[in-house]
Amino acid sequence: MKVLVPLKRVVDFNVHIRLRPDGSGVDKTNVKMSMNPFDEIALEEAVRLREAGKADEVIAVSIGIEKTQDILRTALAMGADRAILVTAEEDVEPLNVAKILAAVVTEEKPQLVLMGKQAIDDDCNQTTQMLAALLGWGQGTFASKIEVVDNSVQVTREVDAGLQTTRLSLPAVVSADLRLNTPRYATLPNIMKAKKKPLDITTPEELGVKVRQRLTILETVEPPPRQPGIRVASVDELVDRLKNQAGIL
Amino acid sequence: MIKVLLLAEHDNSVLNEATARAATAALAIGEVDVLVAGKNCASVAKSAAVLRDINKVLHADSETFAHHLAEPVADLLLELAGLYDAILAPATSNGKNVLPRVAALLDVMQISEIIEVIAPDTFVRPVYAGNALQKLRSDETKKVITVRTTAFEPVRSDASAPVEAISSNITNDKSSFVGEALADSGRADLTTAKTVVSGGRAFGSKEKFEELLFPLAEKLGAAIGASRAAVDADFAPNDCQVGQTGKVVAPDLYIAIGISGAIQHLAGMKDAKTIVAINSDEDAPIFEIADYALVADLFEAVPELTSKL
Ligand SMILES: Cc1cc2nc3c(=O)[nH]c(=O)nc-3n(C[C@H](O)[C@H](O)[C@H](O)COP(=O)(O)OP(=O)(O)OC[C@H]3O[C@@H](n4cnc5c(N)ncnc54)[C@H](O)[C@@H]3O)c2cc1C
Ligand SMILES: Nc1ncnc2c1ncn2[C@@H]1O[C@H](COP(=O)(O)O)[C@@H](O)[C@H]1O
Repeated sequence: MKVLVPLKRVVDFNVHIRLRPDGSGVDKTNVKMSMNPFDEIALEEAVRLREAGKADEVIAVSIGIEKTQDILRTALAMGADRAILVTAEEDVEPLNVAKILAAVVTEEKPQLVLMGKQAIDDDCNQTTQMLAALLGWGQGTFASKIEVVDNSVQVTREVDAGLQTTRLSLPAVVSADLRLNTPRYATLPNIMKAKKKPLDITTPEELGVKVRQRLTILETVEPPPRQPGIRVASVDELVDRLKNQAGIL
Repeated sequence: MIKVLLLAEHDNSVLNEATARAATAALAIGEVDVLVAGKNCASVAKSAAVLRDINKVLHADSETFAHHLAEPVADLLLELAGLYDAILAPATSNGKNVLPRVAALLDVMQISEIIEVIAPDTFVRPVYAGNALQKLRSDETKKVITVRTTAFEPVRSDASAPVEAISSNITNDKSSFVGEALADSGRADLTTAKTVVSGGRAFGSKEKFEELLFPLAEKLGAAIGASRAAVDADFAPNDCQVGQTGKVVAPDLYIAIGISGAIQHLAGMKDAKTIVAINSDEDAPIFEIADYALVADLFEAVPELTSKL
């Protein structure tokens, strides 16, 4: 079975973002970009499925600007067999991403799409569910454990009340939560080998998808700052202030 | 009149407070019907009917909806969608699971986790783990929206709207329920608790986490939270995680103990009214947002605090 892994290139999770003062968005000049952390986890899981003999091929795909090739090379170094870049402007909305991914699925015919639960820049948490809907497939979101058994996949999901386990018939779409696994690092020899692996470049038009953005972002601003707090010298002072200053105890 | 359908959050016996909070956002958009989909959930439909200013409650009771699986619940919402201009759900794990599926099938972009309704087509939502707020407009003819419940007060429960049973012949061959491992229901609910005490990696073990944090939580009537590091190390179960990808909480008092204050953690708690941080490192980033900062060894400070409350 083929596994398709969609990856998004995002501002690295360690970066403290800066906003452009005119409210037009996040300043990404000279900012470190990386593979979305949840997508790394999804990719790791796909590679493990191949290593366990449950999958034959892992295909990484990303929709983004030309430079997105860098994270696709990282994906190849982590173990993906080949990669596809669909070139597009930055910040393509999830519905468009899902439509492009659905077109890739139609061409590649994977049995499983493994992706991240959430992109840490837009924090949308929708693309997986949208892709599953467009394909008419079952979805297993927020997975902390997956098992491929015969023609189905059993997914343990992290939900508000604890854990829920569901079974999906294949083909299906699954999104990775943090505790699914710990992704490996790309080693130097694998980074060298990855340079020779195939990376195809295509466009939404070639896939027959018209990108149309639906939301208009009017303004991006800083959240209101908190009032500075105070240091307390002891537990006694803390208790006293909570009682007499904050009035909460 | 703008017509809104709000998907209720519940466990088939109790209506979750998230619904009453999302109702506040829904009422700011238009006239609101609430959909209660589940199995043997008549008591939930009754609780939804007392939410103030609700127009009516739609009650869909079927084995197919028993476990809130996304595929059939999305199909149900889709069947009803024709009558509504907006479909809302609280941004709980169920709401987040179901609503984007509905949006894609309606061919509209979902607006995730709004924290403010400026106009029926204009909203504010956090991005980048809450480090930026986006004001955006949607020109979609149907709006599909999830609501960050901490940003809205619950509507009162003092009315009585009609409950209408609806039937459907939706089936589901895409997914099935296998089992669940639910959190200890005896403890205070993290998302609605007035006080939350949260522990981080510094506790070192599950034993210490429980030995020190539980008595403090008990004294305060508080819910237990945890950082990702504490959950990853198995000090606490996954449903305790607070943060960008865990739960978002906004209690009156949040006590962060042995937690460094990574932006992903702050994303889930920085809207608490009062924040106390206890950390041995005086440069810990958590202190930048704490109202009361105590530089101390938690192994001494926590028992002392518990004994002095
Ligand atoms: C995609 C992504 C999503 C994430 N989502 C979340 C999320 O939802 N929630 C979340 O919490 N994290 C999340 N994280 C992880 C986050 O980046 C941090 O790694 C995590 O919050 C750190 O947990 P911690 O503060 O417990 O541990 P540490 O960062 O290791 O901090 C431990 C703290 O304890 C202090 N300490 C040590 N000993 C003592 C002592 N004896 N007494 C008092 N203090 C002591 C130390 O000074 C330190 O500040 C996410 C990360 C990624 C990449
Ligand atoms: N531009 C993109 N290219 C490839 N995959 C994407 C892209 N945007 C989102 N995804 C995938 O969809 C997941 C959820 O993203 P989101 O719905 O934006 O939070 C991500 O973790 C990725 O796996």
